[in-house]
Amino acid sequence: MTAPEAVLPGGRFAVVRASPLAVVGGAMVAAALVLGAAKGWQSLAQATINGLVSGSYFALGAAGLTLVYGVLKLVNFAHGEFLTFGAYMALLGHSTLSLPLPVAIVFGVALTAVLGVGLELAMWRPMRRRGAGVLQLLLMALGLAFVLRNSIQIVAGTDVRQLGANVTASVTFGGLHIGRTELWVLGVALVVLLALALLLRETRLGKQIRALSDNPELAETTGIDTEKIVLVTWILAGALAGLAGIVYGASVGVVTPNLGFEIVLSLFAAVIVGGIGNAYGALAGGILIGLVQEWATLVAPASIKVAVGFGAMILVLILRPQGLLGRVRSADR
Amino acid sequence: MLAATYGIFALGLQLNIGTTGITNFGQAGFMAIGAYAMAILVVREGWSWWWAMPVAIVCAMAAAVLVGLPSLRLRADYFAITTLAFAEIVRYAANNWRSLTNGNQGLLGYNADWFKLSFRFGNWLNDHGIHVTSFLFPLMLVSWALLLVLWLLVAALVRTPWGRVLRAIREDEDAARALGKNTLAYKLQSLALSAALAAIAGFVLAMNLTLLVPDQFDPVFTIFGVVIVILGGLGSYVGVLVASFLLMTLLEGTRYIGLPLASDKIAALRFIIVGLVLILLMAFRPQGLFGKRKEMLLGE
Repeated sequence: MTAPEAVLPGGRFAVVRASPLAVVGGAMVAAALVLGAAKGWQSLAQATINGLVSGSYFALGAAGLTLVYGVLKLVNFAHGEFLTFGAYMALLGHSTLSLPLPVAIVFGVALTAVLGVGLELAMWRPMRRRGAGVLQLLLMALGLAFVLRNSIQIVAGTDVRQLGANVTASVTFGGLHIGRTELWVLGVALVVLLALALLLRETRLGKQIRALSDNPELAETTGIDTEKIVLVTWILAGALAGLAGIVYGASVGVVTPNLGFEIVLSLFAAVIVGGIGNAYGALAGGILIGLVQEWATLVAPASIKVAVGFGAMILVLILRPQGLLGRVRSADR
Repeated sequence: MLAATYGIFALGLQLNIGTTGITNFGQAGFMAIGAYAMAILVVREGWSWWWAMPVAIVCAMAAAVLVGLPSLRLRADYFAITTLAFAEIVRYAANNWRSLTNGNQGLLGYNADWFKLSFRFGNWLNDHGIHVTSFLFPLMLVSWALLLVLWLLVAALVRTPWGRVLRAIREDEDAARALGKNTLAYKLQSLALSAALAAIAGFVLAMNLTLLVPDQFDPVFTIFGVVIVILGGLGSYVGVLVASFLLMTLLEGTRYIGLPLASDKIAALRFIIVGLVLILLMAFRPQGLFGKRKEMLLGE
């Protein structure tokens, strides 16, 4: 891997290029100091906790989205519906089949992974074989999103549902409130994301996935079974999306058919901020977007926080189109 | 009427996606800016409707240039997401900037001038022996006339040397640049023109609605527009006319079939149909009804 410095001509963003993470980290710390001084440390800490919670489900959702993009070059607009699907399947397991909540969560996660694999076999693989273009696949994903979301709506109805999680119980320390569910969310997300990072970094499978998203032709010539890796990617992406949907539904407290649609653009924002196709980037981007959105509530009406997240994404695209951890090559094609 | 609104709206998308090859997914945002600028100038500033409209078009075009300048150098999929996010920002702003837009309460009373005109037109028709039952009939006539005029204009425009440069950019931007064309300027012009068309579609929609609420301008509107463009065929302007008529007939038609379903389920069913149309088109006939197969190679 060549350093980005060697690829980009000109030295206009030399500082940014040197260490984008450090620059953004510095900017975040500066923003935190200003906000804390202006609005009080108490509320800043509360917003930071909220931001970390939403950042953790953004990171979970974004990781799957970015893996699929990296391996398949598919902009999966239906990814949000994977989240919805996972949440509803967990709901089905918990309230209809009366499974205990942890089992129901595993049930939802597993079924979402199955959905991912099923769609790969039914749609994406035949389309790739025919040599479909990027735009063609993007529009198909868009159509798929419509079909999935509204099928869920027809089957489950538009009523707001609740996962069995207790969203009112909370832990208080030092005047800060954290819901008990939110603590669980943070813990689960931390464990899963760490496991994902280890999987990608240390195992043979993870290396193969990364090789495939780096350079498909080269990966194939080294004897990697690409079709198998693609399936594994869908399993991972589906499971992560299912978990993200459940976790999101649990921490917000309600599940609606529009759950995924509401959050999918924030996931894209996280993916792009982190560098599209880069799983570690998605994790960093997810937490960054979560923090930015929650910090924004300190200075602006809460209902506009999502727009602030998009603003952050557009800013990153303009200054550094390849994202914080992305490489120049992927943005230049 | 809805078909005409979507038709005007999709003309702009066709110019961007079909002819120039820039994936503008923020069309609903430009439409919102146009409609709101017009309504705000009339209601809050007391402008005449006739003056507010051209100024609103200029506002939408200016927004297009502002959005396009930094983002047009991005790759197609990034540009799609950026413009989609832009449209959402516009919608969030319209929902929250209450002093200007009245938020989700909606903005009323921008259409007095149009009602007077529409009423007079209806009377005139009556005097000439055409008896109209719906008071929306004049608006329908005007919107279809607008669609036809704009369609002729845009279709003629893409045949000019200017349109040829746009197609060259779609086919091979580097080659167009090598020929000394300022491709960014051309792409900006294409985007701005499309935004102007979106603003006009926004006026028609606003006149139809009589109450302007931000959620009319959600991304689904853009996606329907994209479906129209794809169904008609990328690069085909006849396709836009036919497809917007077809799609709206299909969608409105499902309202009148006596399905034994609750109304919200029928609404969901309509979206499923749109989604399926999109998937099947992409799978089996990516060139749409009137497109050429090679035009779909875009983005590879």
